[in-house]
Amino acid sequence: MLNYTFQFGAVLRDWPLLLDGLLLTVKLSIVSMVFGMAIATACAFASAYGGKGLQRGVLVYVEFIRNTPFLVQVLFVYLGLPSLGIRLPAEYAAILAMTINVGAYGAEIIRAGIESIPRGQVEAGKVLGLRPLQIFRLIILKQALIAIYPALTSQFILLMLGSSIVSAIAVEELTATANSIQSRNFRTFEVYFIVTLIYMALSLAFRVAFHLIHERWIRVR
Amino acid sequence: MIRDFSTGDLVLLLLAARWTIALSVIAFVGGSAVGLLVALARTSSARIPRYLATFYIELFQDTPLLMQLFVVFFGANVLGFQISAWTAVSIGLTLYGSAFLGEIWRGCIQAVPAGQWEAAKALGLRTWQASLLVVLPQALRLAVPPTIGFLVQLIKNTSLASIVGFTELTRTGQLVNNATYEPLMVFLVVSLIYFALCWPLSLASRRLERRLARTAA
Repeated sequence: MLNYTFQFGAVLRDWPLLLDGLLLTVKLSIVSMVFGMAIATACAFASAYGGKGLQRGVLVYVEFIRNTPFLVQVLFVYLGLPSLGIRLPAEYAAILAMTINVGAYGAEIIRAGIESIPRGQVEAGKVLGLRPLQIFRLIILKQALIAIYPALTSQFILLMLGSSIVSAIAVEELTATANSIQSRNFRTFEVYFIVTLIYMALSLAFRVAFHLIHERWIRVR
Repeated sequence: MIRDFSTGDLVLLLLAARWTIALSVIAFVGGSAVGLLVALARTSSARIPRYLATFYIELFQDTPLLMQLFVVFFGANVLGFQISAWTAVSIGLTLYGSAFLGEIWRGCIQAVPAGQWEAAKALGLRTWQASLLVVLPQALRLAVPPTIGFLVQLIKNTSLASIVGFTELTRTGQLVNNATYEPLMVFLVVSLIYFALCWPLSLASRRLERRLARTAA
């Protein structure tokens, strides 16, 4: 039957390395999410209120990113930018690629959220004498964010899981840590199995945290 | 030796897209077959299949696809099978696809109003007749747009096969880049090929979704 002795201990001994990788995965995801949402909000604002040219620019950005693989985007940023004379450390290249990627998905989510706000509310805001930016901030954005909160949190989980791909450009996050541990102890299956479980625990932990945040601050009572 | 990016390289990349398409087709067909079982188990009234299907879906949705591919590849070795990168990636993408399609189709099956099911039973149809002839055809109509949308994800995700060691479009791009050292040009062409495969599907998915929303209203 199974001619193989599992040695999970050999992997767990390297827990300080795994912890470092885990923390970098979390850091990359949070930083990219914050920058990405800034881009996404700007894009959503531009396609709602901007001129024709700006709208078209946003459309090309969003469609191009959403219809090409993240791995190719990572390689484009990491290998392509140096040939333009822009040299970035691998970690920054990863954050840049992740930000550009999540920005496009976020823009689409926020746009849908804005469209879900009934026109009558904007008109009501005008009648009450609010200025356009006040209407956007107080009426549209606030309600839209409540409506799209679940979609944004799912997007964050996808971003975090997708960040394993930046191991391809030697950023020492969780997946790359797994690669280097298995190249030293040859317990390849055990390493990837444990790291898969770590990713799963991380997803679940974030889901619980997002749920608590929702119950505490977001849910409209 | 560094050479210039030539039409020969362009042809090489276009030919490599065949492998990306083949991998997508295999994963989509395999994923659909397994995914249908997952969706049926997930919507079943029996508790055990429902729990198992829920766990299966969570397992694939809460872990990175890259890890799933690694675990399949090296897990097969542990079990004593020497499988090629091609087989490993086909199995990995099929399992991944089945979990996501299973979840998408669960939503579509549950979106068919319960009254349809009750009416079929009231007309004296058996359980399999009610699900096969009444519920599933209606669910299928709802399922087309999100299924095409997922196919786009699948095509993009076949690029991860390059990390496991299978030479498809992305890997060929890296090889051409190593020979020409024109990363901007090479990866722009690679992106455009993916875009040409994915964008029409994205458009079709969105158009069908809008049409469905109109007929429902």
